[in-house]
Amino acid sequence: MTAPVVELIGLGRSFPGNPPVEALVDADLVVERGDYLAIVGPSGSGKSTLLHLLGLLDRPTSGVYALDGIDTASLDDRERAGMRAHRIGFVFQSFHLLANRTTVENVMLSEVYRKGSRRERRQLASEALERVGLGHRLDAMPTTLSGGERQRVAVARALVGRPSLLLADEPTGNLDTNTSDQILDLFAELHDDGLTLAVITHDLEVADVAERRVQIRDGRLSELPAGVTS
Amino acid sequence: MTTPTWISDTEAVPRSGLTAGDLVGEVSTALTARPARTLLTALGTILGVAALVATLGLAKTAGNQIVRQFDELEATRIVVTNAPRQTRDENTQLNAIPFDAEDRLVRLNGVRAAGTKSPVELNGALARAVPVIDPLGQNEFQIPVIAVSPGLFEAVRAETRTGRFFDHGHNDRGDAVAILGPGAANRLNVARIDNLPAIFIGEEPVAVMGILDDVAREPDLLNAIIVPDGLARDRFGLSGVDEVHIDVEVGAAELIGEQAPLALSPNDPGFVRSRVPPSPRAVRSTVESEVNALFLVLGGLSLLVGAIGIANVTLVSVLERTGEIGLRRALGATRGHIAGQFLTESAALGLFAGVLGASLGVLSVVAVSATREWTPVLDSWLPLAAPVLGALIGLVAGVYPAWKASSIEPITALRVGAG
Ligand SMILES: Nc1ncnc2c1ncn2[C@@H]1O[C@H](COP(=O)(O)OP(=O)(O)OP(=O)(O)O)[C@@H](O)[C@H]1O
Ligand SMILES: [Mg+2]
Repeated sequence: MTAPVVELIGLGRSFPGNPPVEALVDADLVVERGDYLAIVGPSGSGKSTLLHLLGLLDRPTSGVYALDGIDTASLDDRERAGMRAHRIGFVFQSFHLLANRTTVENVMLSEVYRKGSRRERRQLASEALERVGLGHRLDAMPTTLSGGERQRVAVARALVGRPSLLLADEPTGNLDTNTSDQILDLFAELHDDGLTLAVITHDLEVADVAERRVQIRDGRLSELPAGVTS
Repeated sequence: MTTPTWISDTEAVPRSGLTAGDLVGEVSTALTARPARTLLTALGTILGVAALVATLGLAKTAGNQIVRQFDELEATRIVVTNAPRQTRDENTQLNAIPFDAEDRLVRLNGVRAAGTKSPVELNGALARAVPVIDPLGQNEFQIPVIAVSPGLFEAVRAETRTGRFFDHGHNDRGDAVAILGPGAANRLNVARIDNLPAIFIGEEPVAVMGILDDVAREPDLLNAIIVPDGLARDRFGLSGVDEVHIDVEVGAAELIGEQAPLALSPNDPGFVRSRVPPSPRAVRSTVESEVNALFLVLGGLSLLVGAIGIANVTLVSVLERTGEIGLRRALGATRGHIAGQFLTESAALGLFAGVLGASLGVLSVVAVSATREWTPVLDSWLPLAAPVLGALIGLVAGVYPAWKASSIEPITALRVGAG
């Protein structure tokens, strides 16, 4: 039996201050391969904090986090960077595309830190863009793309490395309803293909699409029963 | 449903990395993305390197130029004079230099030519040309008369425009002959010498043998009537030699300068004094060090300003690219990768500035040399060292911004919105 993609045991993150901010308290969570997880909760409840911990961009102050069966506490900075490069894909609310590079070059950037073969790189990036429905805009500059298209480029960039886990923080936060739906449809397709996703959202519609919903309030995590919208 | 293609199943901890080729690619993309800004950032360093290269090049060129001039004229010139002496009778002029000075000196090894030169005191007598038939024009002039030994012409590198110089025969016999400087010939209205025109110095008639064209030394000869020593002694009461001019081989000046007093006044060498040119090496190093010191300081200052410029703009671009830094960290970059990228960027910027500055510097050395008709001289290491210097400056300037960039926390960086 293979290890779950994510396993959290009593995970906590507090930010120093007076008093310290308990952004995440004693979180237990298991995400199996192929799960589609929506993370909901009010503003300031600790959703992004959880995502940053899952993405190895931040270190917990207590508890255990195993990614693909590897205890992340044992990893040094280099190894954590390696895990980010090979196991995790990020999609952000503000798309974080480099303005002076074409869409395909933006996707190729993700291969740089994996030391991916330079010859295959463009091919892989084109395929990923194809996958998100942008095969016809390979050489477009980001400034000429719509918001929805930009976010699809960002998704392609996250997919090209075949991550174990795709993390998205408010991916539709900057998009109108129509384009949001396109991104959600894309996520649903990726889920159907077997990708493991964890998506933070305010949007109840997004939450409805996901098969599992996790709610955070004041840093405390609880799983909502299937089919119930909070 | 197709088999998922992006599920990773390796258990070992993977590594992220950055190949040299990718680093160069990322850096050149960043630098060429905003070419105008890149150029402006590098400007201070470009100017600093250009100033340094131009300074060193020009100092070298000018130094060489001075040495060449000294070689040709000054470095081969010795003037021997009588040492000033206290005498009881103040009217007595004590000339230790003998009239046969020329003969004594040309025997020395390293002497190319030597000749005596003494002003002739005419006590108010004027010079005039014949015939004296121009009632309106002035035809009597106060023209200096200089007595020389025949070797002087060669020693001052004189050329005749017409006629020839008098020789030892004329001198020994005390022939009444003269050579006119072009200025004197003009005033005396003597242009042709086919039929040995006569002029009068006081009441003494002398035949003009030749007219000077130019001299390399002792330009007062150009306005004078030049007569042989022998004539001056016989007819104008010349009692002694005033000075001796020696033209020496290159490099012999110092030695001849020591030997000449002994040759001229073996009993009392202290009675004559030789004036030797400063040694060329000394001249070169003074010029170079003076020019260098000043401009190197200026060049160094502009380099400092250039480095601050690079550091400043790189720091600004780190802040501007905070979102990009966060993204790169999320994509797998380590702190080291980020620091390395910004360091390489600023070093590449410095290298670019060094190459451009070296070219500008060399160009200005050539341009200045062209206007002065100098031969541009440049140490060959200079155009090669300049880009290295530029790269080093860029590297040093990039240390703080790179450290700053690498210490930005990804979660902070990613909060910054970006397109
Ligand atoms: N670097 C930090 N230092 C101190 N406190 C922090 C830091 N980052 C987050 N916090 C605090 O931790 C709590 C959780 O923040 P977090 O960003 O996870 O909320 P969120 O659920 O993502 O909110 P939103 O929906 O508005 O994005 C907040 O109270 C926040 O102020
Ligand atoms: Mg958030």
